[in-house]
Amino acid sequence: MSEAAKPAPAPASRAGAKKELPEHFKAYKHVWVVVESEHGEVHPVSFELLGEGRLLANKRGVELAAVVLGGDAKAIASAARECFEYGADLVYTVTDPVLAHYRNEAYTRAMTDLVNTYKPEILLLGATTLGRDLAGSVATTLRTGLTADCTELAIDDEGSLAATRPTFGGSLLCTILTLNYRPQMATVRPRVLQMPSRQTGRTGRIVEHALGLAEDDVVTKVVQFIADRDSNKAQLSYADIVVAGGLGLQSAENFQLVKSLAEVLGAEYGGSRPLVQKGWMTSDRQIGQTGKTIRPKLYIAAGISGAIQHRVGVEGADLIVAINTDPNAPIFDFAHLGIVADAIRLLPALTEAFRKHLSVNRLAC
Amino acid sequence: MHIVVCMKQVPDSAQIRVHPVTNTIMRQGVPTIINPYDLFALEEAMRWRDKFKGALTVLTMGPPMAEDSLRKALTFGADRAVLLTDRFFAGSDTLATSFALASALEKISTEFGAPAMIFTGKQTIDGDTAQVGPGIAKRLGLNQLTYVSRIVELDQAADKIVVERRAEGGVQILSTRLPVLITMLEGVNEIRRGTLDDALRAARAKIITWNAADAGITDLTLCGLRGSPTIVKKVFAPSPRAEKAHKIPTADVPVELLAENVISEIFKRQPAVEGDLMKFSAGQ
Ligand SMILES: Cc1cc2nc3c(=O)[nH]c(=O)nc-3n(C[C@H](O)[C@H](O)[C@H](O)COP(=O)(O)OP(=O)(O)OC[C@H]3O[C@@H](n4cnc5c(N)ncnc54)[C@H](O)[C@@H]3O)c2cc1C
Ligand SMILES: Nc1ncnc2c1ncn2[C@@H]1O[C@H](COP(=O)(O)O)[C@@H](O)[C@H]1O
Repeated sequence: MSEAAKPAPAPASRAGAKKELPEHFKAYKHVWVVVESEHGEVHPVSFELLGEGRLLANKRGVELAAVVLGGDAKAIASAARECFEYGADLVYTVTDPVLAHYRNEAYTRAMTDLVNTYKPEILLLGATTLGRDLAGSVATTLRTGLTADCTELAIDDEGSLAATRPTFGGSLLCTILTLNYRPQMATVRPRVLQMPSRQTGRTGRIVEHALGLAEDDVVTKVVQFIADRDSNKAQLSYADIVVAGGLGLQSAENFQLVKSLAEVLGAEYGGSRPLVQKGWMTSDRQIGQTGKTIRPKLYIAAGISGAIQHRVGVEGADLIVAINTDPNAPIFDFAHLGIVADAIRLLPALTEAFRKHLSVNRLAC
Repeated sequence: MHIVVCMKQVPDSAQIRVHPVTNTIMRQGVPTIINPYDLFALEEAMRWRDKFKGALTVLTMGPPMAEDSLRKALTFGADRAVLLTDRFFAGSDTLATSFALASALEKISTEFGAPAMIFTGKQTIDGDTAQVGPGIAKRLGLNQLTYVSRIVELDQAADKIVVERRAEGGVQILSTRLPVLITMLEGVNEIRRGTLDDALRAARAKIITWNAADAGITDLTLCGLRGSPTIVKKVFAPSPRAEKAHKIPTADVPVELLAENVISEIFKRQPAVEGDLMKFSAGQ
């Protein structure tokens, strides 16, 4: 077992039922966000979490702290400055060469040390590959509760973190609490929360923490990092317009209609999960709870029924346009514009009509 | 070399239906399957088992009927199957699940030899947390390799393993020491059919079945509901938007006209989109 492990004594009876927080957890205060700043740039999900963390901290009347880990003092200082501007009151930094690249062992050790020393009541992470890898280890080491992939965070009447996530089966949500353990941990996927506005010049306190881990103590080595060719920003999650298709399109050929419309609009395209299973598109194009969350200005969904796992991935869109032959499809419960029509006929017509609009504009320029 | 694969039996989500009136899940009669993500772990594990002429154990925690999934894994080619089942495990969250599985893995280790590699899937399709793998790794003090897309090198003599791991913004190549816990990425291989011999063997095989005590668990407060720090406060259906979707009339409207109507409605509601599109097309 990891030496940083300090298992909390188990409460006497069923974990959730008792409301009285064990004595040794009463000192736990403040809301923390773990900031991802690999390769010199802060992942936007960290700012999104700071925005939400600010609201939770205000509601609890506590401070909001960001945790920045890394190997390069300059990059850490710049990340810390950004965290203040996005709402943090203080930033805990750990600067150590062993943290230069993400490795579970070293990061888990740093995080559990920080938590055991400064005792936060709420600890939030992005549900990225890094965040999930780290959150599971930290929660297990600290023996506390973790709610993964939340779509909503709130403080309930008793002051607990109420973390809501979709639950298995198609159309239900559940709210989960961690009553007798601290910190209360949750992960949230990129783009689920709104990006807060940046307050230029806002500053705060920095608390530097030493890790005291030598490179020889860390068994796992990063041999190489091969960066993806596509830059992060061009991806589906951050697109302004997204066109997507679902099983209602009935064939891989018809799914081309979605791509054609996307192309005319300079948009990204995607689809519901069954399309990945059918091999009509790759999994990085899946939209929803287990795919990408999007917040475009315009989302066009063709032949998608609107199951909860899909809904939670698109609800942040400014304008949702749904095309579905079934007037009672659940997607019409959350779309802004609904068109009860055959998408296989309407999509080509839309593509053509948009093309006309845009070429008129091109002539006019 | 001994390899263990943790896999879960889950309801086949493709066949789950929601009751149109009560909005609750209709689980009755829904067939169960091996969590699809776990099949990638199983296939990867079998390849290394074959290569090193080792032994492969599959482990599942679940109700007695989870035996079906284990038998299925035997038909694919697993050598041994362990079912961990006890009413004390009911209501486990990820912390309690990883505790129970880690206990069973320790028992497996003493009974059948210490595994060099333990595999899990990336995530389940019902729990969907991707946390059980890391939880097991921490409890057993194993080096943890998540989102692995490829095992590049495995040197048993040197206890060394090199893998490609899907990381944020790229691929990490990691090197570490055995024993390890690996969570396997999806789509990296395809599950084999299994031979006729495997099928015959699977039909006759005895599934090793353990309850909590068999797995060496003495403190039942760490199991099931009691060992789960998270509690479900409420389950509810999402509320429809206050105002329902504005339906654009379609009756007797030719599709070309309908398309025009849709576009003007979009531009009316989102003038910013029209502006962006005009800029985009001008730039073309
Ligand atoms: C744990 C879990 C995670 C999941 N994660 C995701 C996820 O991330 N993303 C996701 O999308 N799903 C996810 N799902 C699956 C989800 O529950 C639904 O099964 C899925 O979204 C349905 O896809 P669909 O709308 O394309 O297909 P269907 O539900 O089959 O809907 C097809 C729709 O097309 C309509 N239609 C038929 N013909 C036409 C036509 N000619 N023109 C227009 N409309 C037509 C039908 O009326 C119907 O509403 C998940 C499920 C589980 C259990
Ligand atoms: N009850 C279980 N029995 C065996 N393995 C499990 C169980 N639950 C989860 N796992 C493993 O842990 C992985 C991650 O599960 P989850 O954290 O639920 O997404 C799965 O892909 C399985 O390999």
